Amino acid sequence: MGIISRGFGGRRRDSAPDLPPGQYLTHDFPVLSAGPTPRIPLDRWSFTITTEAGQKHTWDWARFTALPSEEITRDIHCVTKWSKLGTTWKGVSLDTLFADVETAADYVMAHSKGGYTTNVPLEDLLDGQAWIAYEFDGEPLDPEHGGPARLLIPHLYFWKSAKWVNGLEMMHEDEPGFWEAAGYHMYGDPWHEQRYQGD
Amino acid sequence: MARTALPGRLTWQAATVTAVRQETPSARTLVLDVPGWPGHLPGQHLDLRLTAEDGYSAQRSYSIASDWPGDGPVEITIQRLEDGEVSPYLTDVVETGDKIELRGPIGGWFVWRPAQPAPVLLVAGGSGVVPLMSMIRERGRLRARQPFRVIYSVRTPEDACFADELKRRVRDDAGLDVHFVYTRSAPDGWPAPPKRIDVATINSHGWPPDFAPDVFVCGPTSFVETVADILVALGHDPKKIRTERFGGK
Repeated sequence: MGIISRGFGGRRRDSAPDLPPGQYLTHDFPVLSAGPTPRIPLDRWSFTITTEAGQKHTWDWARFTALPSEEITRDIHCVTKWSKLGTTWKGVSLDTLFADVETAADYVMAHSKGGYTTNVPLEDLLDGQAWIAYEFDGEPLDPEHGGPARLLIPHLYFWKSAKWVNGLEMMHEDEPGFWEAAGYHMYGDPWHEQRYQGD
Repeated sequence: MARTALPGRLTWQAATVTAVRQETPSARTLVLDVPGWPGHLPGQHLDLRLTAEDGYSAQRSYSIASDWPGDGPVEITIQRLEDGEVSPYLTDVVETGDKIELRGPIGGWFVWRPAQPAPVLLVAGGSGVVPLMSMIRERGRLRARQPFRVIYSVRTPEDACFADELKRRVRDDAGLDVHFVYTRSAPDGWPAPPKRIDVATINSHGWPPDFAPDVFVCGPTSFVETVADILVALGHDPKKIRTERFGGK
């Protein structure tokens, strides 16, 4: 236990059940982005999975949204300490997108419009754990929150859920993405409070 | 509580509050003595942890307001959020001599690196001025040659943090320009009625896109969205615009 803060009681504990360590509950939806919000016209949107052999699997908006979609309700946890419970999304499971992808690589680099990247082990994207989401709360996903479509990996800190995602690149070795290269944790499990390198 | 020697590992340590300064009616600076602080770059933040007597704890991130001359205290400036859990404690309860746990510095993107030769544009909304103040102070200490322009939006003159210091720095530094935007009430004699930041403000008081400035925008989400959109529309390279947002939408 840390040093006692004289006169600090804490006000939120009753309303914050079952949160990962160091998180607090929020009811709004904060926006964290490293730069301006890109506006991506749907007729210019595409999403590509590139294997370690260079093979590309690409979807345009029409083909992507014609894939079977799922309703997803999950808690999300941002490394800046806020958590939001029971968020609802619509998206395409990565299991669906990877169905015809042949790969022996274990790691993935997600790429976004604007140059953002983040690294994730492939096993964290499969088996019903991750989606490319394009609706939030029944509405098309706002550009500020990553629309037209973003990665959604709710079991990891939310910086891994790359906004404006446009590609996944398979890698044999784990390599740091944008925030990971700036000192954030390579994996980012909120329940183990893996915020920064060495956590 | 000593920092470990493990490189790249951020450990919690106890800091001592050595002074407090009221910046506005609702914002306060805590001057912290942090033994073994490794130093920080202007724009970085730190994590702070409070612990109640029964072990309940709360963490928050705060931008660092001070520059880093190699030693000395670390300053954070906190805006009180009325429904907040941590900020009212820091602005109203903490006293000189109290100990607070923190770890840092954190963040390597929203950082001004003085080796970058580009001119600098800083755009602050409210307490978003805090990490930008660290950059302004670093500039002053290094006598950096890159010119700085600052646009600082506040509700009223009373809400401006660091107002006297900014005035003094502008007077003493020909390469620093600060333009205030007042959204609710302006000082007597101010040439324009209160208004929100707009294209004309940024066009007149920022740098032309041709100068390829390094741009830092920090403030509430809607403010940052507006400013970043205007900058992109004016022709600034999105890759040169670094943003830090707070609050929901």
